[in-house]
Amino acid sequence: MITIDKVSKHYGNFQVLTDCSTHVNKGEVVVVCGPSGSGKSTLIKCVNGLEPFQQGDIHVNGTSVGAPKTNLSKLRAHVGMVFQHFELFPHMTIRDNLSLAQIKVLKRDKDEAAEKGLYFLDRVGLKAHAHKFPGQLSGGQQQRVAIARALAMDPICMLFDEPTSALDPEMINEVLDVMTELAQEGMTMMCVTHEMGFAKRVAHRVIFMDHGKIVEDDSKEAFFANPRSERAQQFLAKILQH
Amino acid sequence: MFGSYEFDWSSIPVSLGFLGQGLMVSLEITALAIVAGIVWGTLLAMARLSSIKPLAWAAAAYVNLFRAIPLVMVLLWFFLIVPKFLESFLGLPPGSDVRLASAMIGFALFESAYYAEIIRAGIQSVPKGQLAAAHALGMSYPQAMLHVVLPQAFRNMVPLLLTQAIILFQDTSLVYVSALADFFGAAYKVGDRDGRLVELVLFAGAVYFVLCFAASQAVRHYQKRLQTA
Repeated sequence: MITIDKVSKHYGNFQVLTDCSTHVNKGEVVVVCGPSGSGKSTLIKCVNGLEPFQQGDIHVNGTSVGAPKTNLSKLRAHVGMVFQHFELFPHMTIRDNLSLAQIKVLKRDKDEAAEKGLYFLDRVGLKAHAHKFPGQLSGGQQQRVAIARALAMDPICMLFDEPTSALDPEMINEVLDVMTELAQEGMTMMCVTHEMGFAKRVAHRVIFMDHGKIVEDDSKEAFFANPRSERAQQFLAKILQH
Repeated sequence: MFGSYEFDWSSIPVSLGFLGQGLMVSLEITALAIVAGIVWGTLLAMARLSSIKPLAWAAAAYVNLFRAIPLVMVLLWFFLIVPKFLESFLGLPPGSDVRLASAMIGFALFESAYYAEIIRAGIQSVPKGQLAAAHALGMSYPQAMLHVVLPQAFRNMVPLLLTQAIILFQDTSLVYVSALADFFGAAYKVGDRDGRLVELVLFAGAVYFVLCFAASQAVRHYQKRLQTA
């Protein structure tokens, strides 16, 4: 589904990603973790072309992200993405947030888009809030809406960029629950997250990044039982103490 | 000097119709320039923020040029020189008078430079993540700007745009150099005709003050409501 092949990226002299290669199979859940500044968010943003990269290539469902001829908008329409800061559109109601891209990008008619939006809003347990504006919802609720907004586009895979790091602790679980449910339904997912509990429960594979490089890329069992690199051992030791 | 001056306001009531027409012209010019300023200003602002360097430079040059030249100069230039140039360049028949239209266009081009800067700041006030989110949903750049970024930008800058509109309304008094019968031009004509320039100019000033002060109070009121909302 997603193949990342020797991707490198730099801002001027600063190397953000070095020779990153991995893949996500259909139906697979891959968690990407690592210390801040390790390039994990940049890597996931390269997958749908939000961040350009200079070397290597990424294929999503057979389409090259790096090729200049690729219609990135068309590709992104079917690759869902959830951001750290939700990025709901604050000037529209939840209902309109859910239907805007369906109407403008997928050319669905208004009623169909509204219906589809409400269906997914119901799935994340927020149907009663359709008429509200994003500012009237809690962070956890906003992030669930953001997930519903992405799902309404019928994505072939979902990218999560630290979906819980901007949330108050008591709201993290409601978002992780939605993500867990999604994973159990067989959605292909690539998640940048520090939630090791989620990784242990849901992930098939874990990727560990440090200084722009993929240091570990292993099954979850192998990763948690016996991380090979020293850096990953240190990271896990620190993060799992709590 | 004023001690011996006898005020005579009698030419004002009888000329109210003419002055009213002048005021309408001023308001029309204001409305036209606001619309043109916002549309052209938005395009300029987007060009200035564009990653296409020549486009950004051209827009920056435009904005800096117009902001560094007094409005009267621009108006005279567009009133006297541009029409001559157009006549010879487009081969217009000598009778066709494009001077007023030309002055209007000059006015709109001038005001656009100021609007462009306000709108640029407004666009920059919208978090970058909003554009990224719109892109991530498959929207093209124009779609993302139109439906996501610009509506938020405009909402943030409504008070500034209105304040600029008030300044623009005052600026319209300068179009009298182009012999257009705007409010100030009309007042000047009546005063000149009746030998009552002092009274008419004072009256015109009072009218500008009342309108602009009322409008800026309304903007302040709106701004407060926006902050508490």
